[in-house]
Amino acid sequence: MKTLRIALLLATALAAGPAMAADASNEITVWVDATRQPAVEVFQKAHPEIKVNMVVDDGSSGASGTFQTKIGLADQAGEGWPDVVFSTQNNDAAWAAKETNGVQAFAAALNKGILDQSFLDGFTPGALDPVTVDGNVYGLRNDLAPVLFWYNKPLLDQFGYDIPKTWEDYQALGDKLAKDHPGYFLGSIGDSFEGPYIYYWSGQAPIFQVKDDEFVSNVDDPNAAKVTALLDHMLKNGTVTQESVFSAPFAAKADHLVAIPGPAWYSGAIFQNPSSVNAKPGTWGAAPPLYWEKGDKVTGNVGGGVWYASSHTQNPDAVKTFLEFVITNDETAGTGGLPAYQAAAAKWLDKQASAGFYVGDFKNAVSTAASTVWDGWAYPNFSPETAWAKVITPALAAGKSISDVAADWQKEMQNEAQVVGYTVN
Amino acid sequence: MTIDTEIPARPARGGRLAGRTGHAEAAQSRIAWLFVGPYTLFLLAFGLLPLIYTIYLAFTKRGAFAGISNFLKVFKDYRFLPAVEHVGLYLAVWLVSLVVLVVLLAVIVHAIGVRWLSTTVRFVFYIPGAVAGASSVMLWLFVLDPTVSPVAFILHGLGLNSFVEAVQADRLPVVLAVIAFWTGAGGWIVVMYGALNNISREVIEAARIDGAGPIRIAWSIQIPLLRKWISYMVILSFAGGTQLFVEPRVLAQASRGVVSQDYSLNQLAFLYAFKQSDFNGSAAISLMLLIVALVLSVAFVFRGGLFERN
Repeated sequence: MKTLRIALLLATALAAGPAMAADASNEITVWVDATRQPAVEVFQKAHPEIKVNMVVDDGSSGASGTFQTKIGLADQAGEGWPDVVFSTQNNDAAWAAKETNGVQAFAAALNKGILDQSFLDGFTPGALDPVTVDGNVYGLRNDLAPVLFWYNKPLLDQFGYDIPKTWEDYQALGDKLAKDHPGYFLGSIGDSFEGPYIYYWSGQAPIFQVKDDEFVSNVDDPNAAKVTALLDHMLKNGTVTQESVFSAPFAAKADHLVAIPGPAWYSGAIFQNPSSVNAKPGTWGAAPPLYWEKGDKVTGNVGGGVWYASSHTQNPDAVKTFLEFVITNDETAGTGGLPAYQAAAAKWLDKQASAGFYVGDFKNAVSTAASTVWDGWAYPNFSPETAWAKVITPALAAGKSISDVAADWQKEMQNEAQVVGYTVN
Repeated sequence: MTIDTEIPARPARGGRLAGRTGHAEAAQSRIAWLFVGPYTLFLLAFGLLPLIYTIYLAFTKRGAFAGISNFLKVFKDYRFLPAVEHVGLYLAVWLVSLVVLVVLLAVIVHAIGVRWLSTTVRFVFYIPGAVAGASSVMLWLFVLDPTVSPVAFILHGLGLNSFVEAVQADRLPVVLAVIAFWTGAGGWIVVMYGALNNISREVIEAARIDGAGPIRIAWSIQIPLLRKWISYMVILSFAGGTQLFVEPRVLAQASRGVVSQDYSLNQLAFLYAFKQSDFNGSAAISLMLLIVALVLSVAFVFRGGLFERN
């Protein structure tokens, strides 16, 4: 009963919120996460003529599915859709661009009469790929999250090591570090996103691909096997940790972190975060992404949220004004991370460089990474993170290696793919 | 849940009242309607009408009759049988420990002669029940994490050195049962205590004179007389337990997916509705849960003599 009551409360609460959604008057309903709340407030100040009804939720972080859940309820009720939604995930177009149970697709095709093509052309090339379905653009990327190689300059200098350029260098550095300076480390797979996105995606491993309606995952591919071997090796010698980068134990040993591959948003979330690494200015830097010696110079990507407009909106002009504002305005673009809109990104990079927080050529590293995200990774309506958390994380905690359970991981991803309607061979 | 556990009033027509004028009876009957009325309305709005809608959804697909195809689809889902197994294991661990420990603790508390001690103990047992479901799980997140747990030494003693290890799939039935016991058992101990108070002192005295010790009295008199209350507890706990949702859902979020999002049947129903937009499959799972709970409840009602009058 308890569950039923909670579900009903939830349903009524959800139904009540957006019930005042847009009508012909100049009002729009916007769903955002807490991080994006200040951006909406900046917009409200700049555009008092548009009334914004803001609803704050979790932004579907950790693949929680809040966005889809709430739209599912609105579809079922036949009313209550918001006008604009922000999601921290970048695979929502997989369902939001499709008709569901006879209800029109929630996400509006932005290139069809809502936004000008010239505006859409201002995005960093490739930034809109995750939200492009059949040639139509269904969302706007808020920020880019390519994987870089972050390093601690004083520690590398003290130990006499060079910045690794390739994954092979990275593993060799791990061996030296484990031997000469045990306790120091080079990375983490304590969360469910690092393994799939930072290591397998950057390592060009074809384990999460979609071809037409077929989902393809191959953990036995040479690149995938190399990533698995690399991680197992470095887990064993202790240079890759199983502590979550957001955990207290990680923060406690952050002064032993020598380098770490990770997305652009580690800047704010890890290095400039007082309760994490809390780096001093001039100690940390970002280098271009690692690659395989005989492979392409590509990298992975970890999220980078998306703004969606509703196909049900009664107020497309206000929606257009809102989207163009949050994407391009200096205060709101990228919300602290690397903006996906080129003009805004250039300003952001200049600002970071002039602040001088990071050593080395930060701007070059970020630009290189942003333009080399490997396109062999798909954005279907499920995430590789759930299977990783379910299969790999517990196995590692129980003392097994990734190669022991890689096949199970692949099987779990294939099962999930079938459940949401992909074929698997 | 406390409202549901109210002991039904003694039969009004039992003897003395029967001779009175109809006036009192009419007044009582009006009051009875007043009490039952709102409950009935809520039962209709949030129980029976959704049930009818569920039945409709479970046997249709896009508005057309679909026979049992929704059920077949759910049966074939690779997550269905593991979820059944998870819920079954959890129920087994939880219900057995609930029956054994609640009865044992209630009898012991009832045997405490010192009034203030007995009251205090009952109060302490009851406190956790005052913490709402989701927030009690939040509290357990800290208890189960060896890096912050106040009882970390116990966890280390059990060989658990990280939160991930503490919530491994094979340990979850026990972990969830412990959480459920901690939140729910106190209320039941108080109910059992009340039921023990209803046992006539004369019967106990007679047994004592015949030479029965406390264990013998508990085994041969108190527990048999508690039978109805035990089956009542089992029915409600079973129905609640099959709907396991909040605990694994919160654990799934907190463990970043190590406790999977499809651990229990209700979670699977949730995923069907809101991840796959398949409300029909979701309704099929819900209906199966209802039928199982209903069949077992009926069995307990009749075997437990719940509606028999002494």
